[in-house]
Amino acid sequence: MATLCKTISSVTRSATKLNQFSRLLSTSQRCSVQMAVRDALNTAMDEEIERDEKVFILGEEVGQYNGAYKVTKGLWEKWGDKRVMDTPITEMGFAGIAVGAAMAGLRPVCEFMTFNFSMQAIDQVINSAAKTYYMSAGQVPVPIVFRGPNGAAAGVGAQHSQCFASWYSQCPGLIVASPYSSEDARGLLKAAIRNENPVVFLENELMYGTSFEVSDEALGKDFLIPFGKAKIERAGSHITLVAHSKSVGLCLEAANELVGQGVECEVINLRTLRPLDDQTIIESVMKTNHLVTVESGWHHCGIGAEVVALVMESPAFNYLDAPVLRVTGADVPMPYAKSLEDLALPQVKNVLTAVRKSLNIS
Amino acid sequence: MLSSFRFTIGRAPAKPKSWILGSTQVCNMSTEMTHEVVPYKLHRLEKGPNLQVKCTRDEALKFYKQMRTIRVMETTASNLYKSKMIRGFCHLYSGQEAVAVGMEASITPDDSIITAYRAHGWTYTRGVSVKGVLSELTGRSTGCASGKGGSMHMYTKNFYGGNGIVGAQVPLGAGIALAHRYKGEDSVCIALYGDGAANQGQLFEAFNIAKLWDLPAIFVCENNGFGMGTSAERAAASTAYYTRGDYVPGIWVDGMDVLAVKEATRFAKDYVLKNGPILLETATYRYHGHSMSDPGTSYRSRDEIQEVRQTRDPIGKFSELATAAGLLTKEEIKKMDDEIKKEVAAAAEAAKTDPELPLEELYTYIYKNPPANTRVRGCDDTVWAPTK
Repeated sequence: MATLCKTISSVTRSATKLNQFSRLLSTSQRCSVQMAVRDALNTAMDEEIERDEKVFILGEEVGQYNGAYKVTKGLWEKWGDKRVMDTPITEMGFAGIAVGAAMAGLRPVCEFMTFNFSMQAIDQVINSAAKTYYMSAGQVPVPIVFRGPNGAAAGVGAQHSQCFASWYSQCPGLIVASPYSSEDARGLLKAAIRNENPVVFLENELMYGTSFEVSDEALGKDFLIPFGKAKIERAGSHITLVAHSKSVGLCLEAANELVGQGVECEVINLRTLRPLDDQTIIESVMKTNHLVTVESGWHHCGIGAEVVALVMESPAFNYLDAPVLRVTGADVPMPYAKSLEDLALPQVKNVLTAVRKSLNIS
Repeated sequence: MLSSFRFTIGRAPAKPKSWILGSTQVCNMSTEMTHEVVPYKLHRLEKGPNLQVKCTRDEALKFYKQMRTIRVMETTASNLYKSKMIRGFCHLYSGQEAVAVGMEASITPDDSIITAYRAHGWTYTRGVSVKGVLSELTGRSTGCASGKGGSMHMYTKNFYGGNGIVGAQVPLGAGIALAHRYKGEDSVCIALYGDGAANQGQLFEAFNIAKLWDLPAIFVCENNGFGMGTSAERAAASTAYYTRGDYVPGIWVDGMDVLAVKEATRFAKDYVLKNGPILLETATYRYHGHSMSDPGTSYRSRDEIQEVRQTRDPIGKFSELATAAGLLTKEEIKKMDDEIKKEVAAAAEAAKTDPELPLEELYTYIYKNPPANTRVRGCDDTVWAPTK
């Protein structure tokens, strides 16, 4: 058992091995393992390919190259050309082909090497994938997952550092998921692949190598996280912090620092951005009377703006003891230089500033 | 070049093959004709479709009926539009009927089709009734998309629209072809686009992947001469659309001749199942403007339209051919015309009077199988509606 519970240094392991490993675990006594987000995604896809013959992956470098970020490592070797298809670097073409295949009954997982390049194909995501079920009055469902790294990476400049959460979250017909931890990644991706609707699945490159403890349950082959249900990562009574993806980590760090000041933060990991879990946010705010939203995307029409609006329209408004504050990426295209880039992305100190302002403490 | 319709008549064979021969009433009629089509132009193909195309009496009856029905349906749609029963965009198919009818004749219901926004004719040939089309145009619940799609977004089994974004349906069609092959079916997908869309970048992405993966896709450029108000020559560096798939073989076909289209499609389906994609250019013409807001006369002359109607009209030419060959009689055609007129008029009446969807249907079919108790927001925060 001790051996089993040892940390998986997953980057170097093949998907096959991981899969066997998790099978062993699921029959063992309760224990938890460390798993990187990358491997959580990889095992989720591996298991879903095995489960349903209609599931396949396509995208740039997903096969023989093992994925630009190694998220699909080992899958082509294991499943072959039919289930893991390398495409040319032509996003609009292969995204359209993936959507067409979904319309005709397959379940594609369409990888964008990063979501920055999904802009080349956004017409196929919005106009073809999101709207066809409605336009056809239910005759043509589009069960597809668009996935890949989203948001800022490190030192890659303005065109490769952008959060698309608010772009895609605006459109009815799409589900938008944004995992933070390995457990999120596994449960949400498996749910996305099994869902009957188009799902935009926003990963974060900087989180791929981060390991999290993963429960025995989360290693189960049918571990699904429901959409529209947030997770309270940390319970607290003084202030609510709402975040998604990597920013959840910032909130948890800030919460730990604030404990010393006697402040107990409640940290909500949204998990899905469309549908949003209004209820969890509202209930939390009614308990804490204070709210700060945290995201790495721009503030203008951002996810935080939507959270603020939903609170304004809810009974929680009357429970607020201070205006809601937003911590976001700076309102600039991403600069290259390290010092400027650091300044353009929210840091723990920004979260601390907002919390202290909201609570009127120093 | 298009006045060269030639045909040879095949008299009833000695051994009866069809029910027609069993009927004494039609014993003087032909059961089959052979028609010589305007020569195809080939791109990267050594051999093309047959120049001699056979047509049985049953086919002739069907082709005439379908083409005429589309024509009358579109004229009716035009009238409904003018009387404000149809809203928004409305792109009519009149003049191009031979393409839809000829293609459908060489595929099966298991094959798939996806087209652009000039979709009414294709919706009908895929099996939706005239009423289903017209009621969709008037936004009624009895329309083929319950009034949620409208003119540009019609669907039925193995018919995937109806796409309003110029060129977007072409990668989708390649994806549908991929699905056919993935599932091990002997089916193909026909992806249609116009001469305007032929210059869209995403087409070339789709051609590349389709050829790379040898997908069973028939790409069809319906060249009606104009992308909205811009003539093909003013928009395309090369108007030889059948060659513009480069490494994808292509065929130019007379799109005003239903039998040429039928034969080219038969050839294409056979070809793509064995070899991967092919590109057909069907040379055709639209009589109406691009959409109802375009009179269609500022970029071409009325004389030009009139001349096409007189010399190339797909329905007129086909009925001349079929009557001269003894496959159809003028009386039969007149009878069909009357029946079609009645059917379309009845459909139009229903399209005017059938109800629109109940208002709560605004909120349905956004997501498939939404979780129980999902509510959809209306236009203010007091409106939260159930969905399904």
